[in-house]
Amino acid sequence: MTHQHQNLPTTEQDRKEMLAEIGVDSVAALFSDIPVSTRATDQKAIELPDSLSELELVKHMKKLADQNKTATDYPFFLGAGTYDHFIPSVVNHVTLKSEFMTAYTPYQPEASQGELQALFEFQTMICELTGMDVSNSSLYDGFTSLGEACNLAAAVTKKNRILMSAALHPQAKEVVGTYAYGMEYSVTPIGLDTEVTDLKQLENELNDETAAVVIQYPNFFGSIEDLKAIKERMKETKALLIVVANPLALAKLEAPGNLGADIVVGDMQPLGLSMSYGGPHCGYFTVKSKYMRKVPSRIVGETVDIEGKRGFVMTLQTREQHIRREKATSNMSSNQALNALASSVFMSALGKVGVQEMAQQNINKAHYLAKQLQEKGFEVLNQSAYFNEFILKLSLPIEEVNQALLEKGFIGGYDVSELVGVDHAVLLCATEKRTKKEIDQFVEALAEVAKR
Amino acid sequence: MMKETKLIFEQSKTGRQAYSLPENDVEMYDLSAELPEHLSRKAAAELPEVSELQLMRHYTALANNNFGIETGFYPLGSCTMKYNPKVNEDIARLDGFANIHPLQNPETTQGALQLMYGLQEDLKQVTGMDEISLQPAAGAQGEWAGLLVFKAYHEQNGDGQTRKTILVPDSAHGTNPASAAVAGYDVVEIKSNENGTVGVEALKAALGPDTAGLMLTNPNTLGLFEVDIVEIAEIVHEAGGLLYYDGANANAILGKSTPGEMGFDVVHLNLHKSFSTPHGGGGPGSGPIGVKSFLSPFLPVPRIEKDGDHYLLNSDYPLSIGRVKGYFGNFGVNVRAYAYIRSMGAEGLQQVSEDAVLHANYLKARLTDYYDTPYKQHCKHEFVLSGLRQKKQGVRTLDIAKRLLDYGFYAPTVYFPLIVEECLMIEPTETESKEMLDEFADAMITIAKEVEEQPEVLHEAPISKAVRRLDEVTAARKPKVIYQR
Repeated sequence: MTHQHQNLPTTEQDRKEMLAEIGVDSVAALFSDIPVSTRATDQKAIELPDSLSELELVKHMKKLADQNKTATDYPFFLGAGTYDHFIPSVVNHVTLKSEFMTAYTPYQPEASQGELQALFEFQTMICELTGMDVSNSSLYDGFTSLGEACNLAAAVTKKNRILMSAALHPQAKEVVGTYAYGMEYSVTPIGLDTEVTDLKQLENELNDETAAVVIQYPNFFGSIEDLKAIKERMKETKALLIVVANPLALAKLEAPGNLGADIVVGDMQPLGLSMSYGGPHCGYFTVKSKYMRKVPSRIVGETVDIEGKRGFVMTLQTREQHIRREKATSNMSSNQALNALASSVFMSALGKVGVQEMAQQNINKAHYLAKQLQEKGFEVLNQSAYFNEFILKLSLPIEEVNQALLEKGFIGGYDVSELVGVDHAVLLCATEKRTKKEIDQFVEALAEVAKR
Repeated sequence: MMKETKLIFEQSKTGRQAYSLPENDVEMYDLSAELPEHLSRKAAAELPEVSELQLMRHYTALANNNFGIETGFYPLGSCTMKYNPKVNEDIARLDGFANIHPLQNPETTQGALQLMYGLQEDLKQVTGMDEISLQPAAGAQGEWAGLLVFKAYHEQNGDGQTRKTILVPDSAHGTNPASAAVAGYDVVEIKSNENGTVGVEALKAALGPDTAGLMLTNPNTLGLFEVDIVEIAEIVHEAGGLLYYDGANANAILGKSTPGEMGFDVVHLNLHKSFSTPHGGGGPGSGPIGVKSFLSPFLPVPRIEKDGDHYLLNSDYPLSIGRVKGYFGNFGVNVRAYAYIRSMGAEGLQQVSEDAVLHANYLKARLTDYYDTPYKQHCKHEFVLSGLRQKKQGVRTLDIAKRLLDYGFYAPTVYFPLIVEECLMIEPTETESKEMLDEFADAMITIAKEVEEQPEVLHEAPISKAVRRLDEVTAARKPKVIYQR
């Protein structure tokens, strides 16, 4: 290198001194154990673009970033599992604190109390929202949390059949399919009754081999599934009820833990995480206490130190891979702690009242949007009550409509035509960020586009 | 004694808040009127009610009770706790990266796709692999995805029912056998030889028609290069098995060799280790996998591809193992890793590994008179010590770890790998200065003397942290995992 890189502090002088202490005359000697045939050489070197200074790097990255159309510049009516929500400034300020951001898994609890306490608080907040007894300290995302939930259900029931509602996020279905391929259980889809899970079909498919029933709440199409009615149909079986819930909606909807759920999972993205092109988000994972020792990944527990002072540790670690290896409840090691922290800050900032206000605004905006569209003669397909998104029937291909909307400065909804088996059906969302003016303009734009 | 930090729930008071939302500008909608009564929320979730200053003080107090890389030296072995460049945080927060939706039309996210494509190209170079998937969220998920690729490949060859065993050395990370299990495999452990590496004879004895593959970390968790890797690859392949490279320790070989050259078929990298993205207190990470071309049909979908100047998503791979995670993986983490590679360049990455290896050997040389060094050969980016000598004086490795906290350092990885008694696994990384390495070595030497002269100091440690030693046994026997009023 022509000059010393800012993040490589070792100087030529340092190198000489260190080599002398080691007792070798060159750094190359430390690599002499790499077999010659596998070594990089001048002819066989890795090739990467030249290194950039900080100034050049920022310019290069800004150029890439500027090619993307963002929610700052375009009002988004796209939801479908990832949402354009308000994030208060405190979230970013806390997550940038290097003591949180640059630490790792709290292996030495005495030096990691801050992280452990923050995660203990996260677990508590999640249990408050879901009405469950036990939460872990996060998993990769909502979909992988669901995959882990299915693995848990198959393991504890010793059954190998999962019934999965067709009203789940399509990518959730895909991820569960991959988990099922690994653990070798089957996944049977339960079809739709318009846009909610078909309870008759569910009843017919439930049998002694069923490990779990998976329901999304609100479901992928925005509608609120009747968990109690579903649980009642399951009472003759040993199958577990797994609920995938949007944590924001839980501010207004009855907690799944009070409606018979055995496992509740989901993604914290709506509560304080930027969309970030789909990740990193943060999965949450909660169970009723009888399954506590089957939970995947890290759990934080309260304890005391030798002087009786309250403190926090990672607990029930004999479930985990670093101790139990191939007999662990899951292979997961790292989690999404920093994003769990971000969500905790969000939930603390909005608090008990704020999450309800925000959820209510989502309900208001989505229903206002629907009403304006209905007044223009459009048909809303949802037959059940919905939260912040709904299906609209159009008469043109959705891709075409969205292209025209983009030209008018809007990001349109998600094409669900195939999922609901209706031509030209689009899933539209309005969060608290959409103003009345934006909604009115969008309705006008859509009316104009759809007339073509 | 330091004051206890109250839980945020204990600071809560009805009526306080730390947010503002715009006034609702459309009509109120009563959803409960449409819902069956049992689906409307009865009791509000008891989330905290605090002001913004209370909130910031709370999290500042917690941060002050937490040790990060910028707090001090963090020699956690196999975790590569290198400095996380600040500019990458600014970059990941650019509007064009943070505020885009994964289901937007790809035509509106060409910059993001170009970035991911570019990162794939870079990682091909670094690993010597032919194709990359950025989808796995972390190392363990990369392992699982990679093993599912093994599974799909063997099934394609008609060997799916017979090749049901994955071989894993006894020095491997716990995730290796655990990932094999969730991919549906049986695990057979290979005992390491006296040099700390995989012995060719032991491996030959374990290979058979049931072998699906071997998982190997190279350098391994003892920090030792698997010198027989070329022969190992040959005999695994001859037996019809595949080779998996656990990239947790890739920081030792950047630009010096590649898993591809060594004969591996599937690789994962931990971008939060070798490629400097922040560990976040446990995550998020990113664990891309790379494969040789004959395995590329099995990679997760969608794949990110290029057609002329145009970037696109392609899911048309009927043999794919499917999707392992939502969307495109941990995009925000991948942005930081891409920026890091752009900042370093090929020469810079090679310097990273040279300095990381130099630092580890230097620290080892400084400590070798004071602690047992079970493996004498030069190490790569990390090394292990054994606290057996100290144990004979009644001091455990755990005590040494806790004492290091009092000296202002984080502790190394302890009691791992399992094959070394009273193990301390130390990884200094390239971003530490010689002065810091010397300070740490001096502290370790002082501790070794304390073991001889005043072992009670070690039993009492730590005394300088927010809490003293914690009762982990009761925590596990009577678990209290949420706050109850």
